[in-house]
Amino acid sequence: MRVSVTLSVAFFMGLILPLGVATAAPPKNSCIACHAELEGPQSEPVKKFESDIHRQAGLSCADCHGGDPADESMDAMSRAKGFRGAPKKAQVPDFCARCHSDIAYMHRFNPKMRADQLSQYLTSVHGKRLKAGDAKVAACVDCHSVHDILPARDTRSPVHPTNVATTCGRCHADAAHMKGYKIPTDQVEKYGKSVHAELLASGDTSAPTCSTCHGNHGATPPGISSVANVCGTCHVFFMQLFEKSPHQEAFAKMGLPGCVQCHSNHEIVKPNDDWVGVSSTAVCVTCHAAGDKGFASAQKMAGDLAKVKTFLGRAEEILGTAERSGMEVSTPKVELANAHEALIKARVNVHSFNDAEVQKQTDQGVEIAQKTYQAGVAALAERDVRRKGLGVSLIFIVLAISGLYWKIRQMESGSRG
Amino acid sequence: MKNSLIRPILNWLDERFGTGSVEEFLRHKTVPIHRHTIWYYFGGMTLFLFIVQVLTGILLLLYYRPTPEDAYESVQYIVTQVRFGWLIRSVHSWSANLMVFTAFVHMFSVYFLKAYRKPRELTWISGMFLLFVVMGFGFSGYLLPWNTLAFFATKVGTEMAGAVPFAGKWMLTFLRGGEEVTGATLTRFFGFHVAVLPGLATVLLAMHLLLVQQLGMSVPPSVERAAAEGKPAPVMPFFPNFLLRDIIGWYAALGVLGALAAIFPWELGAKADPFAAAPAGIRPEWYFLFMFQTLKFLPAKILFLEGELAGILGFSLAGAVWIAVPFLDYRAGFGRVTRFFTGLGIFALGFIVVMSALALR
Repeated sequence: MRVSVTLSVAFFMGLILPLGVATAAPPKNSCIACHAELEGPQSEPVKKFESDIHRQAGLSCADCHGGDPADESMDAMSRAKGFRGAPKKAQVPDFCARCHSDIAYMHRFNPKMRADQLSQYLTSVHGKRLKAGDAKVAACVDCHSVHDILPARDTRSPVHPTNVATTCGRCHADAAHMKGYKIPTDQVEKYGKSVHAELLASGDTSAPTCSTCHGNHGATPPGISSVANVCGTCHVFFMQLFEKSPHQEAFAKMGLPGCVQCHSNHEIVKPNDDWVGVSSTAVCVTCHAAGDKGFASAQKMAGDLAKVKTFLGRAEEILGTAERSGMEVSTPKVELANAHEALIKARVNVHSFNDAEVQKQTDQGVEIAQKTYQAGVAALAERDVRRKGLGVSLIFIVLAISGLYWKIRQMESGSRG
Repeated sequence: MKNSLIRPILNWLDERFGTGSVEEFLRHKTVPIHRHTIWYYFGGMTLFLFIVQVLTGILLLLYYRPTPEDAYESVQYIVTQVRFGWLIRSVHSWSANLMVFTAFVHMFSVYFLKAYRKPRELTWISGMFLLFVVMGFGFSGYLLPWNTLAFFATKVGTEMAGAVPFAGKWMLTFLRGGEEVTGATLTRFFGFHVAVLPGLATVLLAMHLLLVQQLGMSVPPSVERAAAEGKPAPVMPFFPNFLLRDIIGWYAALGVLGALAAIFPWELGAKADPFAAAPAGIRPEWYFLFMFQTLKFLPAKILFLEGELAGILGFSLAGAVWIAVPFLDYRAGFGRVTRFFTGLGIFALGFIVVMSALALR
């Protein structure tokens, strides 16, 4: 009995309490109340703040700008009430860092949240120049926006992977803005033609954008010695091969960047086999000339790649013909996929710049391609045997039908007679 | 010479089984000759193709393994490694399709020549059930190679059964052996294909053939009327004249089957992947297309019924009417041709042809 009474009370409390919460008046916020009434730029923050992540987290104007939102008079914005106003450009990083560098405070909202953005920023070119008094460089709000800040995972955010290039390009592609910095302004345009941009546009948000290679808060151009490390964060195997290759030391001595030397930096297009070798389209001949060891090695690698491709093409063609003739060739087709894999491995091994390593894979590819080609030849031979067999069978069938027809004729003419 | 060899054997059998009466029956069995005689051959042709199915099916059974892990690989083994396996598998698949075709031709010829009329009502009904069994063979056999197309077509096909009111859910689970098309469905379909349906087919076929022998060949009402007016149609002996003609047709069918198998071997496709998305253009075997296309054309709601449900109920009703035609068109039993039923047949044939053509577009 006592239990049921307790449950009933709990039930009604459960009904009444949410009603009480729902009907209670929202706390007063004089910042919003007044700025909403104003016109022009002073009302903008109120409109924008609706979608801001800080508002979603329960913060209000006073949490950043100080003051007393409960006070409806102009005293709300007095120094006595702790009003800090809007920060000047040079103050922005510290202004945001009041909270964002406080890990204990930030973990109240998200236990995975980092609090090293300011310290990273101060190591960046942007941070250093801002400290030195250059107000044209990017600070927090230039990339993240202000009053309508969205989480980076939101596709509308200017720092969402798909928008980063455009955000960086707002300054870096603006020749007038970048005048005086002595760096090119075509990076975004070039990046737009790259395989990375193509992947990103296709929806692969793991594809690199500006911040993937340059860092975000600690944005710095990678130096010559660290280029391979940057590319190697994703292209690990290529980096390892390059590090063991003779190019590693030679490039370092000549002051050439690693990967970028052949693949470019921003306009990284899909490579093809014509890049390897000694033809005019090959990148090898930009450094190597006839007679040197690298030239011969490049020639050998190009020849081996071409050989495996020829054998692959031949095998594909014959298996295609056999398949179109209705022959079951799925097993050799699966094997042929291994030959394709060998070609891919050979292309990867090019980064060892050791023609023997490339040949190991191309030989394997050629061997498989030859085996599958023979399977195609056998399938076509089998098809021809079947067709000949059909021809012979049809002759017997026609003979049998003719015999029966003759028998019927003979039988029925006899019975009529 | 020939008679002197066979006669003692026939006499020996007659003493033990009484085969003399069969021999006597065959000697006197005749087939009428008129301008519609050609249609008599389609029943025999369907029977021949059924026998081809049984023989090639038994040979396939020697290597086929009905599990999701092995089914595809075993069919692949049959067509690539087993001597003449490719021929047996292709002939089985092509013959199945030709059998459905000849069964449909046989059914429509019987319908339009009013051969279902009294006293052949049971011949018609057993034939209709045989046609359903043949379609069941096709539906269950289609899944057995466990390739992508078969897998998804079975999924769509069994979903249709699931739309039937009241018993739908039960039918779906019964057919699939669970909620989804899985290895349990494959085992089940294999069981239907090699045990349940052959058993049913044997009983129905025996009944159908017995009735045909018992009642003799039907003649169209016009020929019957002419006979009543004293102008009977000429006849030919069933044995050997008609049978030899039948054998000519069977030889021709064998040639066609061989040519199809050698020039257009039945494709195996890719192994079914239950976790992959359904490929585009999934559709059932051609003989189910008219129903499939009709259900696609139906609106989402017809009166108070779901469109698909209304379609399935419509086809069930049409099937029931079609089976009951000998009783509904009872006037045909008195030699009177009712235009309504001829029109109904033309409509049904036209509907099937047009809907199938639209689905193949």
